[in-house]
Amino acid sequence: MKTHAAKPDLKTHPPGGDQATKTSLPAVTRPTHPRNAGTELHMDWFETVQVNLSATERRTATLGGRRTVKKTYQAAWLVKALQCIDLTTLAGDDTPGRVHRLAAKARRPLRADIVEALGLSDTPPKVGAVCVYPTMVAPAVNALEGSGIPVASVATGFPTGLTPLPQRLAEIRYAVDMGAGEIDIVINRAQVLRQEWTALYDEICAMREACGNAHLKAILGTGDLRTLRNVYKASMVAMMAGADFIKTSTGKEEVNATLPVSLVMLRALRDYGDRTGMKVGFKPAGGIRTAKDAMSWLILMKEELGREWLEPDLFRIGASAMLADIERQLEHFVTGRYASASHHALA
Amino acid sequence: MPTVKEILNTMEYGPAPEADSPVREWLEHHRDGFRHYIGGAFVQSSEGGTFRVMNPARDEPLASVAEGTTRDIDAAVSAATSAFPAWSTLPGHARARYLYAIARHIQKRERFLSVLETLDNGKPIRETRDIDIPLVARHFYHHAGWAELIETDIPDHGPVGVCGQIIPWNFPLLMLAWKIAPALAAGNTVVLKPAEYTPLTALAFAEICSEVGLPPGVVNIVTGDGATGAALVAHAGVSKIAFTGSTEVGRIIRKATAGSGKKLSLELGGKSPFIVFEDADLDGAVEGVVDAIFFNQGQVCCAGSRLLIQEGISDRFLDKLRRRMATLRVGDPLDKSIDMGAIVDPAQLARIESLVQQGVTEGGTLWQSDCELPARGSFYPPSVFVNAEPASTIAEVEIFGPVAVAMTFRTPEEAVQLANNTRFGLAASVWSENIDLALDTASQIKAGVLWINSTNLFDAAAGFGGYRESGFGREGGREGLLEYLVPMIEKSLLPAAPRTVAKLDASPHSGLKTAKLPEIDRTAKLYIGGKQARPDGGYSWTVTAPDGTALGEAGIGNRKDIRNAVETAVKAKGWSGQAGHNRAQVLYFMAENLSARAGEFADRLRSSGHSGEAAANEVEATIRRIFYYAAWADKFDGRVHATRSRHLTIGLHEPFGVIGLVCPDEAPLLGMISLILPAIAMGNRVVVVPSPVQPLSATDFYQVLDTSDVPGGVVSIVTGARAELAKTLADHDEVDALWYAAPRSEWAAVELASAGNLKPVWTLEGDRTDWHATTTGQGPRFLRHATQLKTIWVPYGE
Repeated sequence: MKTHAAKPDLKTHPPGGDQATKTSLPAVTRPTHPRNAGTELHMDWFETVQVNLSATERRTATLGGRRTVKKTYQAAWLVKALQCIDLTTLAGDDTPGRVHRLAAKARRPLRADIVEALGLSDTPPKVGAVCVYPTMVAPAVNALEGSGIPVASVATGFPTGLTPLPQRLAEIRYAVDMGAGEIDIVINRAQVLRQEWTALYDEICAMREACGNAHLKAILGTGDLRTLRNVYKASMVAMMAGADFIKTSTGKEEVNATLPVSLVMLRALRDYGDRTGMKVGFKPAGGIRTAKDAMSWLILMKEELGREWLEPDLFRIGASAMLADIERQLEHFVTGRYASASHHALA
Repeated sequence: MPTVKEILNTMEYGPAPEADSPVREWLEHHRDGFRHYIGGAFVQSSEGGTFRVMNPARDEPLASVAEGTTRDIDAAVSAATSAFPAWSTLPGHARARYLYAIARHIQKRERFLSVLETLDNGKPIRETRDIDIPLVARHFYHHAGWAELIETDIPDHGPVGVCGQIIPWNFPLLMLAWKIAPALAAGNTVVLKPAEYTPLTALAFAEICSEVGLPPGVVNIVTGDGATGAALVAHAGVSKIAFTGSTEVGRIIRKATAGSGKKLSLELGGKSPFIVFEDADLDGAVEGVVDAIFFNQGQVCCAGSRLLIQEGISDRFLDKLRRRMATLRVGDPLDKSIDMGAIVDPAQLARIESLVQQGVTEGGTLWQSDCELPARGSFYPPSVFVNAEPASTIAEVEIFGPVAVAMTFRTPEEAVQLANNTRFGLAASVWSENIDLALDTASQIKAGVLWINSTNLFDAAAGFGGYRESGFGREGGREGLLEYLVPMIEKSLLPAAPRTVAKLDASPHSGLKTAKLPEIDRTAKLYIGGKQARPDGGYSWTVTAPDGTALGEAGIGNRKDIRNAVETAVKAKGWSGQAGHNRAQVLYFMAENLSARAGEFADRLRSSGHSGEAAANEVEATIRRIFYYAAWADKFDGRVHATRSRHLTIGLHEPFGVIGLVCPDEAPLLGMISLILPAIAMGNRVVVVPSPVQPLSATDFYQVLDTSDVPGGVVSIVTGARAELAKTLADHDEVDALWYAAPRSEWAAVELASAGNLKPVWTLEGDRTDWHATTTGQGPRFLRHATQLKTIWVPYGE
């Protein structure tokens, strides 16, 4: 492996980053750090990586015992989790009506009395983004207009990523044209399983180019990659190709977001940062349903990457049901009584 | 309390204190002071003395406990002695039910015990709750199982008697469990002295014993300091001492018990290596360091305190480690988000501070987390000395605090060399994703516990204990249980015969009266490193038959001859690395060659007073014994322990290395072979001191060795004054173990001398052993004494 002294070769991507150029895009909270510019493909950054499963599991298994957050702190951390949610609907029966309902919940995820009791009335919390299929982007953009909440669209033959590349790129462009501010692409897992890193790198570069100013979140489909070494390598290639986020899963694989997989991705992210100075975001998705799950991931982020990665510009949680649990926990914090789901608006 | 909005900004963890009120109430209930637990009752110190127990995290007193006196120890031993007959003869199933009840009650009091332990010791609640107390319950469950199984699975063994147990302050209740569970399962009764810093969970345990209705006197707990412990060690009514603590105190106990015939197991200090190869999972290994040296504030006997890092990755690894250290949280141990709590006592803190200061003075580069430490209480930040040298003090001595030293190595060979460059040998951690390299390294490190890509893993089913000056004996698993059992055979010894110790006379002997032409004079020499050697001192003594007839001369070996013999034994490492099958072939060949000379050996025995039939029988029995151990050479298998899932846990029988063998007077040939064979069959190299009464069978035997392809240095024979030579072997630091098959009256001197490197000494009552009987003169117990258990943990998964 090269030492830290090696300078990153910055790849030239279409200009973009800090300023949104298309006026049709919703006004989103822009990150305070520059976009990941990507680098050339450096095989030596990942080829010899070693990941020990038992050691990784030990770390994540003990983390929950090492850190906990109570009372007001817990309430604040839950609000933070809520702010990092990519509120998602990715189902075959999605309709514009369904998307409207989701968007309404995204704007106003907590009941006003709870917001007030938390002392947040002047800055009521909202979710990080709303995540939908490309054909649902337009209704979502419409419903979220003026909210500052970006619309994220899955693309590139979600969830398997096995449609031809031109179609996958066209799908990205379509979603961006419809107003998506973020594109959750799926990588071609076959290329990882066959260790075809150059091909994988080239595809993701092309996708990043197709995204333009929209942020690219690379879904690795870690459940399909199986080994933690593959997870690390795929993470590294996606970051070199310019991903703004790396994301665990589509939610459609047999195994979705797990803490060990997340830990390995965070370590890759840290190593990439050490080499390039770039900051890349992380998004676990799939199977994260409870407030407790959300806390586990927030703690993991803080422990492994630090305070900066506890904001929606660098951390998102792909979830839908989790929001309801967070609401109930926050109501319990406010009232001291256990809450009923029927007292909270449906997403 | 800050507002939600403020916290959203800082995203700090905030306080998360574990409630301690149930424990505070219990302490309040015992405000008048805790008492000893003797004979099922809670009793005051015979002299009314008490001492204070502190909470090291707040520098405040927690309780007052009874100060144990010699009379208290007398009372406790006497209660244990009275309880022994009934307890030891209970059916195993009945003992199993008691142990099961204890395990259950510990689980039911889990949080109570965790909080109490944290208050008393200062370790984080995370550790007591998630590690210590669950392991305590696990230990009692596991041994409830052993109580059920011993009768059928380890037959022909019985309990030792009353066991004196002295435990340290770093894992107070866990160490109690490691001591009491196997002792009780095996049918012993115990007197346990907890450490003076941390006696409270032991006293809570006493209440649990009472709660489950354990018969009075089976468990006795006497609180006190070193003097109380010394009284327990010295007590004549105690048959076994089990000690966990510092090597320094272990040495004192070894000396104090010398010659007493007490069974002894010592689990002592360490300076365990933590080796990171360049092909390791570096992030995983960094977490390993956290678990190795910052676990329990580094107050762990098996702490990975010497970081050995392959040079090419050293900078990167240390950089990762430094960043990780910055996220460790030190503070109130009752806080659930704390990684490191308090050092157990200000005296320990002062010791750590002074050693670190010395490290800095000696030029070490110290990294310390700049974490905020509480204003009150004994706290110390996570620390690492980088670029340490093996010669620096901090790299040699056990600091027993959160302080690691880091150094680099170039090759696997050098890693092993550095790892073994210590007087200790408790544990080691090896990080590499190459299984060949990891196992090869594990096999070469002289330590009792090897963790591959992991560290500080413990389980009741796996043996734990050290090589070298880290002590002897094992805790956990079958080996641990055997420390609390005696083979029935050892209880059925022959009556002791009166004897006079032969004095070796170097002056010319005038007893030879014969008119015949003399036979060609034969000179029995010493046999050192595969060569016959004249004694260094140049003296010989005349060996006589019982009727006074001179039989020949034997060399009077001295200290230097022993030194030379040990030197060749140390070099003959190849023997230990051979396959059992190869060693067996050499042993069979030895039998073949002895058989060819059977007549000659019988004649020798006859001339020294055996009847014709007895002489022939002894030679025949010797040949059989060689066959017996040749048979065992490839069969004394280790075990795979059932610990955790996906953790291959292997118990290996490794040879000690160099064993000194001091032979019995009885059965001059068979007695010696009964010691040599099991030792070399298991791969040891031996230095043999034959009986001075009839040494010529021994010196004849080197001709058999010479013709049997036994490599030089595997067996050396030094004749001479037994007590003197034995003492030289006992205090020789390169002799790893000593077997002493001589009358009990001679034991004290060698056991005393063995305290130098704390080699295990196996004393056999040579004079009371029937060497001919296959029940007493041979058996797996010889093999057990010829080997030490190495436990290798290999977690796996992809």
